[in-house]
Amino acid sequence: MSLMQKHAVFERNSIVLLVGILIVVAIGGLVEIVPLFYLKSTIETVTGMRPYSPLELAGRNIFVREGCYLCHSQMIRPMRDEIERYGHFSLAAESQYDHPFQWGSKRTGPDLARVGGKYSDDWHVAHLTDPRSVVPASVMPGYPFLKEAPLKADRIAEDMKTLRLEGVPYTDEDIANAEADLKAQVNPDGTADELVGRYPKAVVRDFDGNPAKISEMDALVAYLQMLGTLVDFSTYDDKANLR
Amino acid sequence: MVSNRHGATNMTALRAKPLMSLEEIGYTVFLGLLFLYCVLAAGKAVDPGFAFHATLGAIASAAGIFLIVRSYIDRDGRVEPDEINGKPNYNLGPVKFASIAAMFWGIAGFSVGIWIALELAFPLLNLDLPWTTFGRMRPLHTSAVIFAFGGNVLLATSFYVVQRTSRARMPGLVTPWFVILGYNMFIVIAGTGYLLGIGQSKEYAEPEWYADLWLTIVWVAYLLIFLATLWRRKEPHIYVANWFYLAFIVTIAMLHIVNNAAVPVSFFGSKSYVVWAGVQDAMVQWWYGHNAVGFFLTAGFLAIMYYFVPKRANRPVYSYRLSIIHFWALIFLYIWAGPHHLHYTALPEWASTLGMVFSVMLWMPSWGGMINGLMTLSGAWDKLRTDPVLRLLVVSVAFYGMSTFEGPLMSVKAVNSLSHYTDWTIGHVHSGALGWVGYVSFGALYCMVPWIWGKRDVYSLKLVDWHFWISTLGIVLYITSMWVSGIMQGLMWRAYTELGFLQYSFVETVEAMHPYYVIRAMGGILFLIGALIMAFNLYMTIRHGEAEKPAADVALAPAE
Repeated sequence: MSLMQKHAVFERNSIVLLVGILIVVAIGGLVEIVPLFYLKSTIETVTGMRPYSPLELAGRNIFVREGCYLCHSQMIRPMRDEIERYGHFSLAAESQYDHPFQWGSKRTGPDLARVGGKYSDDWHVAHLTDPRSVVPASVMPGYPFLKEAPLKADRIAEDMKTLRLEGVPYTDEDIANAEADLKAQVNPDGTADELVGRYPKAVVRDFDGNPAKISEMDALVAYLQMLGTLVDFSTYDDKANLR
Repeated sequence: MVSNRHGATNMTALRAKPLMSLEEIGYTVFLGLLFLYCVLAAGKAVDPGFAFHATLGAIASAAGIFLIVRSYIDRDGRVEPDEINGKPNYNLGPVKFASIAAMFWGIAGFSVGIWIALELAFPLLNLDLPWTTFGRMRPLHTSAVIFAFGGNVLLATSFYVVQRTSRARMPGLVTPWFVILGYNMFIVIAGTGYLLGIGQSKEYAEPEWYADLWLTIVWVAYLLIFLATLWRRKEPHIYVANWFYLAFIVTIAMLHIVNNAAVPVSFFGSKSYVVWAGVQDAMVQWWYGHNAVGFFLTAGFLAIMYYFVPKRANRPVYSYRLSIIHFWALIFLYIWAGPHHLHYTALPEWASTLGMVFSVMLWMPSWGGMINGLMTLSGAWDKLRTDPVLRLLVVSVAFYGMSTFEGPLMSVKAVNSLSHYTDWTIGHVHSGALGWVGYVSFGALYCMVPWIWGKRDVYSLKLVDWHFWISTLGIVLYITSMWVSGIMQGLMWRAYTELGFLQYSFVETVEAMHPYYVIRAMGGILFLIGALIMAFNLYMTIRHGEAEKPAADVALAPAE
C-alpha cells in the first residue's frame, strides 16, 4: 500500500504527472525508431537504386495526391504466394528515397511494388481511364481526368531541391536539368542520352499516347512503369543481406 | 461567449477603465499577423488549393478578431466571476459548442463512410470525378469520425470534466474558444484539402504542413488551458480521468510533431515532403498511427469512462489501485505496439518482434481497464435494464474488451500473415471505433447535454433505447461481414491448386467480396440511423427538455 501512497506525488502535482507521462511514453519510440537510423543492417546494400527522374517524381506526387496507397500496397512480403503473385519480396533499400513511404496497409487492389513493365502503357491508360473496360470486375475508381490535365512541370526542380535537403542524392546537374529531363522522358523522338545517363533504366516514351501534351497521365504511367524495376534481382544476393 | 452574466449576484472585477486584457490583445495581434500572412499567401499562392485555404484562413482570422473585439465591447470591462454564491461558475459555452460540433461531424463522417463503403460495392459511385474518388473520400471519412467527431467529444468532455473534478472555472477569456474554434478550423482545412487533392498520404496524418502547424498551435493552447484549470483545483488530488486526458494531450502532441515533420516545397504552396523516408518513415508512421489509436481513441475515451460511468451509475470507481496500474501500464506499453502494422515487411525483424510482444502484453492493462469500468457497476447492475444511457456506456466497455483482445491476437505474426492487407483489419478497427469510441461518446453526450443545458434528463429514454438497438445491429452486421470477407480473401490469396498453382487471380478475390461489402454498407446505414435518432433526441432535449431544479453540487470522490 505504501507504493500506492507514494503515487500521490503524481496526483498532487500536475507538472510531475506531466513529466512522468512524457518519460514513460518516450521510451518505446526511442528504442524502436532511433536504431533504424544507425544500424547498417536496416537498409540492404543493393546496386541499381537511384532517385526518381523528374517525370517519375511528378507521377509519384499524383499517386500520393490521389491516395492510391489506400487500396494498393507497395510491399511484397516474403511468402510463397506473394512472391509468385508479385515477384521478389520488397527490400528496404527499394523505398529509401521515398518521402513518404507508400507501403500501404490494405489490398483492395493488388500490390504495385513490381508492377513496372508488367502491362503496356496502353493498358495502363485504358485501365486508369475506365478500369472496367479492361478488368470487368474491378472496383477501382476511374481517373479519366488525368489524361486531360496538363502536368505542371515548371516547378519540379523546387521539389527536387526540397528532397535533396532531406537527403535524396540529387546533384546540382540533376536539378539544373530537371525541366528539360522531364520533357525529354516523354519525347521518344528526341535525344534522351543525358537523361538516361543521370537516371539509368529511365524509360523514354510518350506514355499516354498523346504526343501533343504532357499530361498527368504521362507522369503517373511513367511512375507505375518503373516501380520495382531498378534492382536487378538476377544478380542480387539475399544471403549477403541476412538480417 | 459570456453566458449567464445576468444571473450573477456578486459581479466582481468591475474596472474603472475597461482595457483589453493581455490575453485579448495577444490573440488579436496573433490573428492580425495571421490575417496578413494569409492575404499575402492567397496572392502569391503557387497552387489553387493553397490559395483557397489561404483565403479561408484570412476570413477565419478576421472573424476571430471580430469576435474578440465584440466580446470585449459586450463585457464592458467586466469578467465572469469564478464563483457564484460560493459555487464554481463553470465555463460551459465552449463545451456546448463542441458537443453540437461532435454530433454534426459524427453524422457527416458516418455518411461519408457509408458512401465510400457503397463505392467499394458499386464502383460507379466514384462518379469518375477527382473529388469523389475513394482515394480522396476515405481520408475525409477517417478524419471526420476520428478527429472531428472523436476530437470534439474529447474537447467537450475534457473541458467539462477538468472543471467539474477541479471544482474550478476554466481560466481565460479567449483561450477556451480559441481551442474549440481553432480545432474545428483545422478540421475544415483538412477535409476540404482532401477533396481538392491536398494530402501527404500518410495514413491518419494526411493534412499538409500548414494544417499541421496550425493544429500544433491549437494543441499547445489546449494543453496550457487544461493545466491552468488543474492549477486552480480545489481538490488536493488530480482525478483519474484527468491523468488520462493529460496523457492523451501530451502524447498526441509528441506523435503529431514527429510524424508530420516535413519541409514545404514553398511557403506559398500546399506540397511538402515529410523528412522521413522509406523504412524509417514506415516505423515513425505506425508509431504515430497505432498510438493515435492508443492515445486519441483509447486514453482520451478511457478518461470519459472514468468520469461518466461512475457518475451515471452513481457508484465510485471499482478500484483505485487498478486505476493506477491501468494508467501507467497502458501508456508505457501502447507506444511499443506500432511495428505490428509492419510484420513481414522490410522493417527489421527485431522491431517487428518487439511490436508483437508488447502488443500481446498490452492485452493485460486493456482488460484491467475494462474490468475497472465494468465492476464500477457492482451493486447497480439492475440499472442496465432501466437506463439505456448506462447500457450504452457499459456495452462500449464490453466492445473495448473485445477489440483489445482481437488486437493482440492479430498482432501475432502467424495471424497477421493472414489478416494483414485484408478487411479483417477494417472490421477490427470498426469494432473499436463504432462499439467502443462511438458508444462511449454517445453515452457521454446523452449524460452531458442535459447537464450543461440545465435539463433533468434526455428528452426521451425510449429513443435512446431505439438508438442502442438499431446501431448495435448495425455494428454486428459490419464486423461479422468484415470478418468473413477478410479471412476469406486472405485464404483465397494463399490458396493453391493440386498442381501447385495459385488458385485465384486477384480480381476473383475482389469479386468474392461484393456481397460482404453490401452487408457492411447496410450495417453502416443502421449505425447512421441510430445517430440521426440521437441528434433529434439531443435537439429536443436542448429545446424542449424539462428544466432541472437547482440542486446541491455533489463532489466526485477524489482519487485516493
